[in-house]
Order: sequence, then structure tokens, then C-alpha cells
Amino acid sequence: MSVADFAFYCFASVTVASGLFVVLARNPVHSVLWLILAFLSSAGLFVLLGAEFVAMLLVIVYVGAVAVLFLFVVMMLDVDFSELKARMAAYFPIAALIGAVFLAQLVMVFGVWQSSDGAAQLRGAPTPDPAEIHNTKALGNLLYDQYIHLFQAAGLILLVAMIGAIVLTLRHRTDVKRQDVLAQMYRDPARAMELKDVKPGQGL
Amino acid sequence: MTNFLDSGFGLALTIMAQSLMVIAFVMISLLFLVYGDRKIWAAVQLRRGPNVVGAFGLLQTVADALKYVVKEVVVPAGADRPVFLLAPMIAFVMAMLAWAVIPFSDRLVLADINVAILYVLAISSLEVYGVIMGGWASNSKYPFLGSLRSAAQMISYEVSIGLIIIGVILSTGSLNFGAIVAAQDGSFGIFSWYWLPHLPMVFLFFISALAETNRPPFDLPEAESELVAGYQVEYSSTPFLLFMAGEYIAIFLMCALMTLLFFGGWLSPIPGLPDGAIWMVLKMAGFFFLFAMVKAIVPRYRYDQLMRLGWKVFLPMSLAWVVIVAFLAKFELFGGAYARWAVGG
Repeated sequence: MSVADFAFYCFASVTVASGLFVVLARNPVHSVLWLILAFLSSAGLFVLLGAEFVAMLLVIVYVGAVAVLFLFVVMMLDVDFSELKARMAAYFPIAALIGAVFLAQLVMVFGVWQSSDGAAQLRGAPTPDPAEIHNTKALGNLLYDQYIHLFQAAGLILLVAMIGAIVLTLRHRTDVKRQDVLAQMYRDPARAMELKDVKPGQGL
Repeated sequence: MTNFLDSGFGLALTIMAQSLMVIAFVMISLLFLVYGDRKIWAAVQLRRGPNVVGAFGLLQTVADALKYVVKEVVVPAGADRPVFLLAPMIAFVMAMLAWAVIPFSDRLVLADINVAILYVLAISSLEVYGVIMGGWASNSKYPFLGSLRSAAQMISYEVSIGLIIIGVILSTGSLNFGAIVAAQDGSFGIFSWYWLPHLPMVFLFFISALAETNRPPFDLPEAESELVAGYQVEYSSTPFLLFMAGEYIAIFLMCALMTLLFFGGWLSPIPGLPDGAIWMVLKMAGFFFLFAMVKAIVPRYRYDQLMRLGWKVFLPMSLAWVVIVAFLAKFELFGGAYARWAVGG
């Protein structure tokens, strides 16, 4: 068994095991931590595939940003999960029904799925030879040259979603004291305060 | 002998020995960095600083480390024990991991990978977990507030650090540190380095590095006047030592990044003098001196000011700089100072 094989089995078993613990962990914060471990080990699998750029992006975006937000939300939530889990038995039949329906649908879809004859060739076409060009450059060529319009459209959709979220949640409250940084910087001593010469024994 | 070194097991041994060398370098410099930090701080405040253990107090850090290790580990009653003890280990190991890709000269590098900068960014984004987990697992209010602050702060400043690095990558056309330093090699010595074309970003990167490593004036996660000691409140003994060491290693890593990205890495500042690892170490020590001086002379920021600075000042500025550099590099203006793909490759 080569080193790469050994690394593959390590990463793969850790991914599967931590995925299992995401579901099994009693404490929701532990679930998120297991999820992070699953992300990290799947990043390791990407590295083994030779896709080091995707692996690093997975760590930076999912582990570094998305999972931190997950963790925040889960830590802040004051939900008693053991109480929720106690009522699980009541919902089990309907959950099992929904699961069975989805499984049946998936089986039906895969049963009648027909790939076109040229599909394998089409999928293989945009992949350049890894020996000639490293995958950061290859992805850049693909995203920014070949699919630039789709890429820009995806970016615009995200921008619209972001603006929408801000518009929905932003409200200007007038009853709180706010800091006006510009006003603070443009204050000068001449206008801000007044010096009075107080005579002894007289007061103002 | 060569046959053994080429075999799988021999290769693994070689890599482990090399990793140990890097760890030893970082740990030994850590001892003197903490000492130097305290001495510089003391000099600014007209004190003598550590001066009892060893000659000039040089062994003070060793004594402190020993003291931490032999003390009792106290785990709070309501704490989540595994996570509580895991957090400082993560903080330390993540800080150490990033050193795997830092080159000290054109041949002294442990892992010369294509995506070295992204690797450093990825690892430094993992460092935040040590802080969050520590704050949460302590099951106490001050640590939790401290860890929330820290996470928000690190994520905010990571954005601007990432954008600043994109400017350098645009000029070089590679994510590899060796290529970035090679692109800064020129006939003008110190004036060929990236600090001149990327001058505004050098200041932004330095300040963002201060915030990213929770260093004063942005040490709000452990602001002692508000939060006692933030996420470290409940930690004692070796776990505390690990947090502390992780923090200093992250600071030293930022010094190395400044050196590699903007100040020519191992290149000599004067044309004609030989390049070498000694320049790299000297430059890193110089930046650490700046970090220590900032700690000594700048008062702490307020939290809302910190967030305002990160999102409303640094983010737009670094984003605008990416656009400007893209134009300057595309049209090869200023004698191609922004487009060095031919050199960097």
C-alpha cells in the first residue's frame, strides 16, 4: 500500500466517521465540530485527487467562514435538544414515509436515466492535462474565459440576495444614540468649549 | 544510504526530520521573541524588564514555560472537558502548521506547494476555532464574550488580508512563495521589492495582521479592563501556555508573511551582497520589533471602532486596490512594476 493509498483510507474513514458523529452527537455544538472535521478530511481527499485549489477553497470558505457562522448560531441557541429528541418517536412514522418516498423517487430516476453517447467525452473535454497546467490556472481559464457570463450572472444573483437580506433586516432607529465619526473629527476646540475666567468668591 | 533515503520509509523519516528542524527553529525563536517583546516593552516604559534568570534575563521565558508546565490544570466544573482541553491544542497546532510552507531561502523550504498562500490563509482561518472552542467550553460569560469578539474580529480582517494578498498575486501570477520572492528580485535591491509598488497595502497588511493575531491595539478578545482575560480566563497551566505560544507563533508568522510578500524574503537589500536565509530572519526580527513597539505605544481600540475600521475603511480600500492593480498589471504601466509574470512565472 503506497503512502497515497494509506492517506486516502485515513481521510475517507475520518470523513465517514465524523459524518456519522454529526448525526449521533447529543450536543449540537459537538455536531458542528464533527462537521468541521468532515470538511477538513474531505479537503484532504481533494488534495489526493490533485485538486489542491479546490481543497484550499473548501477549507477557507466552508471551514473558515460558513462553519464559524453555524457554530455561532448553534452556540447562541438555547434549545433543549434532549426534549426535542424525546418526541422523536411520535414523528418517526411520517418521517419514515417521507424518506421512503424520496428513496423510491431516486431509484426511479436512476432506473430510467440514460446518458447520451457523447456525455463521457463532453465531460472529459474541458479537463486539461495536469502535468502541463496546474489546476488554479486551469480553473481560472475555465471560469473567467469560457464561462465568464455564467460566472458573472452567478455573482449578480448572490449580490441581489445579499442586498435583499440587508433591505429586509435593516432598520434605522432614531431613539438610540449613534456615533457620527465625521462630526467627531470635524469638532474643533474653539466651537466645542468655552473658557470662563471665574473670579474667586464670585462664581459664575 | 541514498537508496534508503529514496525509499518510502526513508522519505518519511527525512520529512519528519525536516519538520522537526522547522519546529525547533520556531520554538527557539519563540523563547527569545517573548523575551524581546517584554524587554522592548520595558524599555519604552523606562523599566528594566526581565533581568534575573540567566544573563540579562535571557532564560526568563524558559523559567516561565517550566512554571506553566508543572502547575495543576484546573478544569471548571461546568466545562465541556474534551473541547476545553482540545481548544488550546488546536490553537497551537494550527499556528504551527502554517510554517510548513514558509520558505527561508530559495532552497530551504519544507513544502514547496503551488497554493502556498492559500494554504496559509486556510490554516490561519482555522486558528479562530481554538479561541471559539475555548470560550464556549469554559461555560462562563467572560470567556464566551471574548471568543465571540475574537471570531468576528478575525473573520473581518481575514477578508482584507485576502484582498491585499490578491494584489500581490496579480502582480506575480503565482500563488507560490518562491515565485513571489523571485518576482521581487531586481537590479535595484531594496527598491525592486513589492513594498514600493504596493506601498499603501503594506500599511493595511500590517494593521490587519495586528487585528488578525489579536495583538494590541486590537487585543479586544482579552481586553482585561472589560473581560478580565477574555477566552483565557478559565485556563491555567499547560493549556494556557499553548494558547500563549500559539498567539506568538501566529504573530511571528505574520512577520514572515510581511517579509515574503512585500520585503523580498531572503533577497539582500543592497545589490551585490549575497542573498540568503539570514536576510529573511533579520527582516522577520525587524517586523517583530515593530509589532512590539505598537504594543507599547498605542492605546486599545474600542470594539465598534475596530469593526468600523475593518469593514468600512480597510475592505473598500483593499478592494479598490485589487481593481487598480489589475489595470496597472494588464496595461503594464510604470515600467511593468505591477506585471512581473515573466520573472515570477
